[in-house]
Amino acid sequence: MSKQAIQAVVNGEPVTFLAAPTQTLLDALRDELGLTGTKEGCGSGDCGACSVRVDGRLVCSCLVLAPEAAGCRVETVEGLARNGALHPVQQQFLEHAALQCGFCTPGFLVATKDLLDRNPNPTESEIRFALAGNLCRCTGYDKIVRAVQATAAQLRGETAALGAP
Amino acid sequence: MNDRSNLESVALKVVGSRPVRPDGADKVTGRANFGADLRLPGMLTGLVKRSPHAHARILGVDTAAARALPGVKAVVTAADFPDLEAIATQLGETATTLRDIGCNTMARDKALYVGHAVAAVAAISPEIAQEALALINVRYEVLPHVIEVEAAMAADAPVLHDTLFTKGVTPAPTRASNVAQVHKLSRGDVAAAFADPTQAEVVVQARYVTAPVHQGYIEPHACVASAGADGQHQVWVSTQGHFTVRTLCAQLLDIPISDVRVSAAEIGGGFGGKTTVYLEPLALALSRQAGRPVRMVMTRAEVFEATGPTAGAVMEVKLAARRDGTITAADVVLKFQAGAYAGAPVNQAGMCCLAAYDIPNVRVTGYDVVSNRPKATAYRAPGSPIGSFATESAIDELAQQLGMDPLELRLKNIAQVGSQSVYGMTFRDIAFADTLKAIQAHPHWTSPLPPNTGRGIACGYWFNYGGESSGAVYIAEDGGATVVSGNPDIGGSRASMAMMAAETLGLPIERVRAIVGDTASIGYSFVTGGSRVTFATGMAVVEAAKKVVQDLKRRAALQWDCDVAKVEWIDGAAHCTDPALDRQPLTLQAIAAKSAATGGPIGAESSVNAAGYSPGFAAHVCDIHVDPDTGCSTVVRYTAAQDVGRAIHPSYVEGQIQGGVAQGVGWALNEEYVYDTQGVMQNPGFLDYRMPVASDLPMIEALLVETAPNQRHPFGVKGVGEAPIVPPLPAVAAAVSRVVGARMRELPLSPPRVMEALLSRS
Amino acid sequence: MSTTAVTYQAPVSLPELFSLLAPAPGADPPRLLAGGSDLIVQTRAGRIKPGPIVDLKRVPDLVGISRDGPGWRIRAATPCAVIGEHAELRAEWPGVVEAATLIGSKQVQGRGSLGGNLCNASPAADSVPALIAAGATVVVGSAGPGGAVGLRELPVEAVAVAPGRTCLARGEVVLALRLPERGPRAADAYLRLIPRTEMDIAVAGCGVSLQLDVQGVIVAARVALGAVAPTALLVPAAADALIGSALDTTALGKLEAAARAACRPIDDKRSTAKYRIHVAGVLARRAATEAYQRALRRSAQEQRS
Repeated sequence: MSKQAIQAVVNGEPVTFLAAPTQTLLDALRDELGLTGTKEGCGSGDCGACSVRVDGRLVCSCLVLAPEAAGCRVETVEGLARNGALHPVQQQFLEHAALQCGFCTPGFLVATKDLLDRNPNPTESEIRFALAGNLCRCTGYDKIVRAVQATAAQLRGETAALGAP
Repeated sequence: MNDRSNLESVALKVVGSRPVRPDGADKVTGRANFGADLRLPGMLTGLVKRSPHAHARILGVDTAAARALPGVKAVVTAADFPDLEAIATQLGETATTLRDIGCNTMARDKALYVGHAVAAVAAISPEIAQEALALINVRYEVLPHVIEVEAAMAADAPVLHDTLFTKGVTPAPTRASNVAQVHKLSRGDVAAAFADPTQAEVVVQARYVTAPVHQGYIEPHACVASAGADGQHQVWVSTQGHFTVRTLCAQLLDIPISDVRVSAAEIGGGFGGKTTVYLEPLALALSRQAGRPVRMVMTRAEVFEATGPTAGAVMEVKLAARRDGTITAADVVLKFQAGAYAGAPVNQAGMCCLAAYDIPNVRVTGYDVVSNRPKATAYRAPGSPIGSFATESAIDELAQQLGMDPLELRLKNIAQVGSQSVYGMTFRDIAFADTLKAIQAHPHWTSPLPPNTGRGIACGYWFNYGGESSGAVYIAEDGGATVVSGNPDIGGSRASMAMMAAETLGLPIERVRAIVGDTASIGYSFVTGGSRVTFATGMAVVEAAKKVVQDLKRRAALQWDCDVAKVEWIDGAAHCTDPALDRQPLTLQAIAAKSAATGGPIGAESSVNAAGYSPGFAAHVCDIHVDPDTGCSTVVRYTAAQDVGRAIHPSYVEGQIQGGVAQGVGWALNEEYVYDTQGVMQNPGFLDYRMPVASDLPMIEALLVETAPNQRHPFGVKGVGEAPIVPPLPAVAAAVSRVVGARMRELPLSPPRVMEALLSRS
Repeated sequence: MSTTAVTYQAPVSLPELFSLLAPAPGADPPRLLAGGSDLIVQTRAGRIKPGPIVDLKRVPDLVGISRDGPGWRIRAATPCAVIGEHAELRAEWPGVVEAATLIGSKQVQGRGSLGGNLCNASPAADSVPALIAAGATVVVGSAGPGGAVGLRELPVEAVAVAPGRTCLARGEVVLALRLPERGPRAADAYLRLIPRTEMDIAVAGCGVSLQLDVQGVIVAARVALGAVAPTALLVPAAADALIGSALDTTALGKLEAAARAACRPIDDKRSTAKYRIHVAGVLARRAATEAYQRALRRSAQEQRS
């Protein structure tokens, strides 16, 4: 199977990579672009560990073919921090111990950012249903939900940024 | 380690607080490297050919066409691995033999389950590797298979191993069977107690069934192996025990252990399922043949079909009690499926299921039974959730028969300090009753129940473990500390190691980094599991830190030209106790700056074989709503109390509890292996293997009971990771039983099963 | 290995799409890619052979939602998440929209489409019973003479003929789903039963659409069931049970019985036939009740304005 060159914008940077027709965007991100932060947990869209955003839409990258990303904007976990400074969602996940093994975490962070972009004041139930596509086996979700609530409050300006004086 | 001063008089500065974990930034930015994230130059892709049959003789494996395919660099079959004597190997928390492990990684004469590995290839691309697999021709003689435990025990069952003669029965049988071993545990006189009307005023007897479930870690198994031309081998793997991987790979390939160096990648969940080897010996063998590194990563379907779930079981429990609630006797029969090779956790189940109660007459008979499914592996408190589902359910049935509060019934029989457990351990430093009382005192316990909602309570016990661990502490020239241990971090243990070292050294947590060393860089450590790391590895780390403190005092004494007996270490600095000498305190930083002149680099290592571990005990209460028209269950409220000794990092202790609860809830409500008539698993994916999602659970309140620190650990630690998965099975079943009005004795409590009970009742 | 080349192509117009679908001698038919949540999963699982892939999503005629006279046109490859965000469509057809947004997770909805859900022809597809109850139709296109696009329209319930099979001929593509005029005092609802709260394939599903008269009596109804037969079912007897009633106890009882009587389910890894039949009746009751409440509210709103 011959590979074709795909041009896209990943985390704000223009990139060109090679991909075979049936290679997934997940494989392309990990193997062609070296962005291994996005994980494969199941390969069938049932666990959300491979969550990214394509043209602002939250998707499972294991269910997107790499050629489909041509001309698209792709956002992965590696694009959350800016100039070495963690995004509030990353900081709050750490603060709330919302990760243990950390494997599902990149997917949760991307999905959370997407949720809060669309709904800055979600209820606990809205958070849980919005994140139902992200499986976690370590935490029981309790601290993840709390981290999301804290992030939402911080982004709404109700609380100071962590580490602020 | 009877140093009680830490536990009582000294106010702790770091231990007990909630700092951000030192390894956290990498995990939230995607920088952390898990097993499938490593890329090496020239790396090949390795894939495994697996049996499509549940039980078959392997007549021949023809690899010629696969080897000839351009791009294929190596092909291995059983012929490439030595045939091993049966050597008993303690593997994590499951006893098994080396030969069984070897045959499980690569089938020899027989395929014993769908998914059993029969060959492996390495090629320059995944597509070519896939093509090569298709070109391998395996000739099978398909045999009848058996899956369910009682069917496997029947006299006419297809026999998996013609060399398996049941151990633990006399006289020893002369016919091979599928019963690998019978375990017996007893004390007192059970028969007499049941026959005595004053002891058996009430008798409860029932049969309980659980289905096999998988640990369900989100990260599939993954490794990279690289064999050098000089016979030095390297493996990079996501595992709970890289020393175990080293030992097993060396033994399975018959090479010296010290010629294998294993690095632990970050691990995406294990829960016991990654305490053994599957891909690693294959990857090494392929790498040796190819002369290039080989990466192997399982698909999700392979994880379900070819790695070790836990046992399914059929159990019978009989309890005798007096009307006042004193349980006088218990007779328990446990029949566990081990999968294709012996080693179901039935012995552990037997030891744990009644351990927390003072019952004078107990008999437990456990059957370890093989059947044509993947070999069972440890799953968080192996065996205890299964056995305890039966005994805790029976205790709840007893409470109903007596018209007694199920919590009071447990308090009446709970073990006290000084009691001896059924398996022999004498309890010290336990807070079992306090844990039950924490539930009793909690508002959840007395809150009104919404309509169609039932409340269930249950307890859970796990022995925990200590064992071999090594830790090292090194001080940099600027006074910062690095802690090195040999235990992969699955739940935040690096944070706890750093905290304990920081507390001992008197440093702020920000100045202490913790890393996991590879097998060549730190002393031997047993697996991360058994709720042992904070306990045993913590002990090693604290001992190493104390040696460093001794050394720092010596160096201060040298600088002050005084006797080291006049030096105290307080809050990270050396203080001179002799006022006549008038010495200013020397901080760790100051001493480190002068280390070259005072003896050279500052560091120490310590290895322990930790004893003095204290069991885990949990008591949970949950409210479950059952839709009366559909039988669907919803967890409405959940409160989990646990005797933790001391919580080094309370957030991570809570996290262990909440995670264990979630797994137990999934086990109780919806998780199970579904097989068709050919022995093929029907649901090897996260769509139909139904683990709890975020919307399936409420907040889980964790109550940490610290009234009885473990006196035999420098900070009072008791292992916490495993006990939390035990109570949810019986607690959820008790809640559903009470609201449905019929006792639910078979898991999972999927909607059709609950609906059946609702319809039968009306 | 497969003899047909595996290629990826993304046409940007309907004529280009149909030229790619024109039969080529000796070659496998191209696989149509919309959201990928069925095609990619099944290819990986080996249930579909790899082959030439034609991506539908860059054809403007295949993505988007617009009014179509008094009704709606939902182009076939529109992601369900986009459907969920369409406030006006949701207000008029809450059942259809909730069915579309129950499929999978937020991630799956970011890609999955009604066209894909329908043409995958799973007996348990969530959107199908709601579309059938709504009286939706599909617009099917094919290559016409001289580069034109041939069109035909058929009811949604005619599309799936067996699990995994549709009535579409090779070279035909679903272009859009059309919803009819909603009419006054009317509303729909869709409910499904799954063991967890999200993510599962429906064990049973029911879509109900009702229209009331000014007294609140049901004058028109459509009831459809999913996951209880080889294809989703339109159940006229269930609708008859409701027509002429104000959804009283007797009518609900007849509805439940009619729904159950129509079921022809199987035991499978997801549930039992017995349970599916039982639950189909429960869902029919609940969906009818929800649709009725919604219709009453709409009726009240319409009277005020």
